[in-house]
Amino acid sequence: MRPFLSIRNLSVALKNGGLILRNVSLDVAVGKVHGLVGESGAGKSMIGKSVLGTLPRALQITGGEIWLDGVDLLSIPPAQRRKRIGATAALIPQDPLTALNPTRRIGPQITRRLVDILGWTKADAQARALELLEEVQIADPARVMRNYPHELSGGMRQRILIASAFAAKPKLIIADEPTTALDVTVQKQILRLIADMQARHGSALLFVTHDLGVVSKVCDALSVLYAGKVVEDAQMRRFFCRPVHPYSRALLAATPTYTNPTGSLMPVPQSVIDAVEREVVQHDRRWRA
Amino acid sequence: MRDARGNRRQPIGLRLWLSGGWLLILACAAIFAPLIAPQDPLAQDLFSGRLPPFWESGTEPGFWLGTDSLGRDVLSRMLYGARLALIVALVAGTLTCIIGASLGLIAGYYRGWPDRIISRFVDIWMAFPPVLFAILLIAVIGTGLTSIILAIVIIDWTRFARVIRAEAMGQGAMDYVASAQVAGRTRFGTMLTEILPNVLPTIVALLTLEMGIAVIVEAILSFVNLSISTDAPTWGGMISEGRTSVHQAWWVLVFPLITLFLTVLSFSQLGEGLKDRFDPVLR
Ligand SMILES: Nc1ncnc2c1ncn2[C@@H]1O[C@H](COP(=O)(O)OP(=O)(O)OP(=O)(O)O)[C@@H](O)[C@H]1O
Ligand SMILES: [Mg+2]
Repeated sequence: MRPFLSIRNLSVALKNGGLILRNVSLDVAVGKVHGLVGESGAGKSMIGKSVLGTLPRALQITGGEIWLDGVDLLSIPPAQRRKRIGATAALIPQDPLTALNPTRRIGPQITRRLVDILGWTKADAQARALELLEEVQIADPARVMRNYPHELSGGMRQRILIASAFAAKPKLIIADEPTTALDVTVQKQILRLIADMQARHGSALLFVTHDLGVVSKVCDALSVLYAGKVVEDAQMRRFFCRPVHPYSRALLAATPTYTNPTGSLMPVPQSVIDAVEREVVQHDRRWRA
Repeated sequence: MRDARGNRRQPIGLRLWLSGGWLLILACAAIFAPLIAPQDPLAQDLFSGRLPPFWESGTEPGFWLGTDSLGRDVLSRMLYGARLALIVALVAGTLTCIIGASLGLIAGYYRGWPDRIISRFVDIWMAFPPVLFAILLIAVIGTGLTSIILAIVIIDWTRFARVIRAEAMGQGAMDYVASAQVAGRTRFGTMLTEILPNVLPTIVALLTLEMGIAVIVEAILSFVNLSISTDAPTWGGMISEGRTSVHQAWWVLVFPLITLFLTVLSFSQLGEGLKDRFDPVLR
């Protein structure tokens, strides 16, 4: 099946020249969950932001293609691009604290998307928003719609953000470490919720995380990112049985397992890091030539 | 999952009551000055010069707070002075706010070349000594209400521009702004619906502070005789006059001074109070 999101050889650089993403390619199929793992600073969020067109101003796309539903986003004019992205994709952000506008009530923040993107009437959007809040298991949705974000807990806010991401029926959801800002018990509930919503709505999901444990629970395939370079791209089962790249192997070894919670907490060996760094340098040399 | 912070409303604080109350009184005094002023503020009467306020001996009825050396009624002049002070505060404050805040908002949210142009402009502007600038301006276009207002706007718009730029920049980096953009909002629309409401508390606080500053600047310009005209009833003019005869007639200096002080203080306190009240996170 043709992938819904297909990133081909995407390069992103700082405007002053430093490379952030190096020839990244990855595919996400309809109805599938694609994991994106890598250490902090590897460039995971920048992949999501490139797709959604929200890269920080200091960064720019220097090459590659981003195919979304059969159209290369980078080859169409910006206004059209924004429209397409708005109609087909949505983001579940990392930090539920800054992802809701503090000066507006919850209700309008959800319904606005429905009115903006799908052209619904206010009343229809209102009804749908209530449904969505119920779907993400919020008690007393009518009251929550009237609350301001600061009146709600982090877990509730993340539920609201999930509801609002799925609101306009996007075919692609990008979840950028959606559980990192929450405490462990809430993390599990939210993770299950996202997986359920994804299955029910059949959307493609790009799931950014640095937790291989989480990946093994929810993903169908994954890409491992190091310093802006994809070092391994594999189906789930294959990855956990036979990881190819030494960095992936080290990463797996560094992930605590249920049967051996502490024994496997090994740091990634320096030799492996050196090897990946060499690959990155080689890539840059080829890229410059 | 109820949250204790719920929809509880903070009662209006003492600070808001006092500052708002004083400004309201002042506004009434300004509006109704012709009705409540016991005397004509410009009428001179050299035979009743330097009459003391009503509780001292040697007063005349109708001159509650005494008269100045030319025999003009201090209370009436102060009431009419409130008019000028409040007009300057409202007009100059609002104009300064609109110009400075718009430029700051655009610079902070759009960044890129609009920011570079506006920021450079602010830097150059601030390199001029502002008071000198104002005096020069008045020297060129002459004294009068318009030139005072212009001078204040010219001196102070940079304060708004700088503060609002920084705030807009911070808000612009938040995820909710990115979400609005992903949902297909235009940049200008995002600025108005997402950024502006979040910097509004700061704008309000700056605006009221600016009104207080406008009152002071007007007083300073009157003090150095650059305000409206020499015998126009302004607080600054009265203070400057009262200063010369403080040993013979302290009341000419003290009453306008206290009024000026309370007014400026009220403006700044009102701003702080409103900011707390409008900020949903602090509320
Ligand atoms: N505004 C910016 N200006 C310059 N460099 C940036 C900016 N934002 C991110 N970067 C750089 O881009 C690189 C990738 O950052 P990114 O946020 O994608 O990492 P990440 O993999 O998402 O990490 P984390 O797990 O911490 O979220 C980092 O090295 C960072 O220094
Ligand atoms: Mg990130």
